[in-house]
Amino acid sequence: MQKGINNLIEKFGASDLEERRPGLSFITVENTKAVAAITHLKDIDGYTVLSLITAVDWIEDGIMQLTYLLNNPAEIAEIGLRVMLERKKEAGESMETIHHLWPNAKKWQQELKEMFGINFPGSPNINDDFILEGWDAAPPNRRDFDTKKFAEETFFPRPGRETHDPAEHMKKNMYPKNPADYTNKKYNPNR
Amino acid sequence: MAKSKLFTMNEDRSLYPELDDNGKPIVDLSSHKYVKLWQGPQHPGITGNMSLELTVSGDEIVESKTHVGYLHRGFEKLLERRLFVQCMPTSIRLCVAEPDTNEYVISNAIEELGNIEVPEMAQWLRMLSLEMARLQVLLRQVPGQAGTFALGLGYQWGSYIRDLILDSFEELTGGRVYHMYIIPGGVRGLLPDGFKARLLEKLKLIDEFIPKIDKLIFNNVVFESRARGLGYIPKEWVDEYGVYGPAARGSGIMRDVRKTNPYLKYDQLDFEPFVTTEGDVYARTEVRRADLIMTVDLIRQILDKMPEKGDIKAETPNVLHWKIPKGETYSKCEASRGEYGMYFVTDGSKFPRRVNLKGPSYTHANALLDKLLINANISDTAAIMVSLATCPPEIER
Repeated sequence: MQKGINNLIEKFGASDLEERRPGLSFITVENTKAVAAITHLKDIDGYTVLSLITAVDWIEDGIMQLTYLLNNPAEIAEIGLRVMLERKKEAGESMETIHHLWPNAKKWQQELKEMFGINFPGSPNINDDFILEGWDAAPPNRRDFDTKKFAEETFFPRPGRETHDPAEHMKKNMYPKNPADYTNKKYNPNR
Repeated sequence: MAKSKLFTMNEDRSLYPELDDNGKPIVDLSSHKYVKLWQGPQHPGITGNMSLELTVSGDEIVESKTHVGYLHRGFEKLLERRLFVQCMPTSIRLCVAEPDTNEYVISNAIEELGNIEVPEMAQWLRMLSLEMARLQVLLRQVPGQAGTFALGLGYQWGSYIRDLILDSFEELTGGRVYHMYIIPGGVRGLLPDGFKARLLEKLKLIDEFIPKIDKLIFNNVVFESRARGLGYIPKEWVDEYGVYGPAARGSGIMRDVRKTNPYLKYDQLDFEPFVTTEGDVYARTEVRRADLIMTVDLIRQILDKMPEKGDIKAETPNVLHWKIPKGETYSKCEASRGEYGMYFVTDGSKFPRRVNLKGPSYTHANALLDKLLINANISDTAAIMVSLATCPPEIER
């Protein structure tokens, strides 16, 4: 078992351990104990690199999963720490910030707020636009965001974008009005 | 803090804003002492579609903020609606400069969760394709660094040789930029007849190219005086800010997934990534120069050691009905810019549940670049950014 896993289970009550391959494990920890567990992993167990923070929307189970991937370069080991938040229908799940542990965490948290609607109170510039400037619709990476519906409602109809049916267009503009013209040399396909 | 011999920092700090407890300047824009200057999104000194909002005092940057959002892509969301095989043409476009790493990380994730064993021959061919991709990037990146100081000739030489490598890609895969050679289960084909000999001939040109760029760039007084001491990354920042690949190795910290977590057949190759401790733009360029030489050597080793023939693809389920059991993994490899990974989640259906790409640019271009640009001269912005090899598509997926 890789370094830090035992501590997570014994001290922080972590569960659902999945050893994906040597040096990569995923484990679930309660959201109230997550920041303490991450701090312990960083300061005591040597997981000094924050590889990523991301979210998975399990809409059918009413769960919003946060995954913190931490890397221990000395031991060549990685832990994916899963935190299960109760999913809210209109977004607005909340989680403690970890920007005090890694300065770059604030960007991931800012992105998660924008794309998934998960709030990290106290994280710097959390409400600033990151990628979606001027976006006022629902967070687009949630499973219930219907991309097609949003695009149709937002971008269509657009002036100058009317559709021409190719068959109709060809009939109108390319073929002769009088079928007798087919006998003309110009339209003879065997020419 | 950036130091340059050519553009020295004004020692009289009374003209510049005071720093708060975190070392961040306190900028009062209403005082009319500062100017907001945007570098990008359309600018020759910017790496791709992003922009930097610079607050400038004289010609010194006192604050920088990276802005992304010009690409309008949403690839991660698109991938959630694609069959596993349909993910390939979308995922390779996540990074234009080096698409092969995307092919590898997504194929590897699908194979890991789908319990597919890749044949040995395919692993060697994957490694060849990844190293050729690294080579074509470095051929522009190394001289491109001098291009940020207006020395564009090396970049043109590098582009010519890169084109020859792209010819080899076209021969091997049918495509020059996007190859889709690595697919779930293996690769698409064996080496064409005479490919090895032709590629080895091209590698000889690179052997001749290295002394030329040494003379042109590394012996150039302008390059040296501007790059030395510029964009300094202390080694303590490597873990704190998430610095990867050549940028970390330029600061004395060994970071190379090929060496630390050997994948494919890298454990059968003899190589030692170059590490130096200066931590500045010059050091990062030196690391990339050494990487260029090492990549050429690795390709020669691969061509020498790989088997002549063998299976190139494992049997996979019907790709139109392929369901992968519920699971999650993090697949990674070493791109020319550093560790390149993909967090991949499946739910037992025919589609990925979640795909999250993590490239080194995410951390390099955001928190790190904002920090490095403080006190730098405006004219050094491009050099610092290029030395971190920031690629906006990795931020805006």
